[in-house]
Amino acid sequence: MPDLGQYATSVLSAYGIGIVLIIGLTILSLLRAVRIKRQLKNIENRHKKDG
Amino acid sequence: MSIWEYANPTKFMRLTDRVLPVVTVLSVAALLTGLIWGFFFTPDDYKQGSTVKIIFLHVPAAMMAINVWVMMLVTSLVWLIRRHHVSALAAKAAAPIGVTMTLIALFTGAIWGQPMWGTYWAWDPRLTSFMILFVFYLGYIALWSAIEDQDTAADLTSVLCLVGSVFALLSRYAVNFWNQGLHQAASLSLDEGQSIADAFRTPLFVCLAGFTLLFLALVLLRTRTEIRARRISALIARERLA
Repeated sequence: MPDLGQYATSVLSAYGIGIVLIIGLTILSLLRAVRIKRQLKNIENRHKKDG
Repeated sequence: MSIWEYANPTKFMRLTDRVLPVVTVLSVAALLTGLIWGFFFTPDDYKQGSTVKIIFLHVPAAMMAINVWVMMLVTSLVWLIRRHHVSALAAKAAAPIGVTMTLIALFTGAIWGQPMWGTYWAWDPRLTSFMILFVFYLGYIALWSAIEDQDTAADLTSVLCLVGSVFALLSRYAVNFWNQGLHQAASLSLDEGQSIADAFRTPLFVCLAGFTLLFLALVLLRTRTEIRARRISALIARERLA
């Protein structure tokens, strides 16, 4: 860990917020992608069954 | 082969199926390298102390906030002129990434500003135009959600995107237009006298590459999701008619 001196709180909170926002966006995008993919698969299967 | 062929959803899905894993791996590698290098292995600045490490998040996020809007502008124009659905969906997919980048830029800038300027916020031209850009992003996302008909939503959000582009440009050039305010000039400049020191420049470029690749990976993933969501809407509409 580098010595951040008197600005440690500022630097760590900036990195904390930035990384949380990036990871949050990535997780939300992945979750929606998985949900929509599954939903489409179900609907397409239903259509195939119904002919 | 023309680029317009990829406006076909099936071709777009097939291409991105191969490209997305590569872009994802590259973006994670570049982001980790750039941020670890910037945080752990760069010296303190003689004026800013350790707060200089914040630029590795702030500068790429701010650049992406503007560039994402420019990308949305281009894809919106493609929609308005050529009516390719993939381009409208790509603009829709990019907006949440842009709003996140704007938030990161605003938060990290405020955190850096407190020890350096003595305040979290000032009504400086660049800060204010960035705040307006943030509001435009929120308005753009809200407009997409508010309109049920996807083509009408694409039309109206494209017009909003054109209007918001004024603020995206202002955000980039506000420091040059008005020679006032707290925000300094660009950190990266072709003029060596005005650019940042070598010790910070290389990790900053790696972070810029990482943020750009992250955007590319996320926008491809989200556009694929939007294409699938549109297909679901079409199938449900067909079921209702049957």
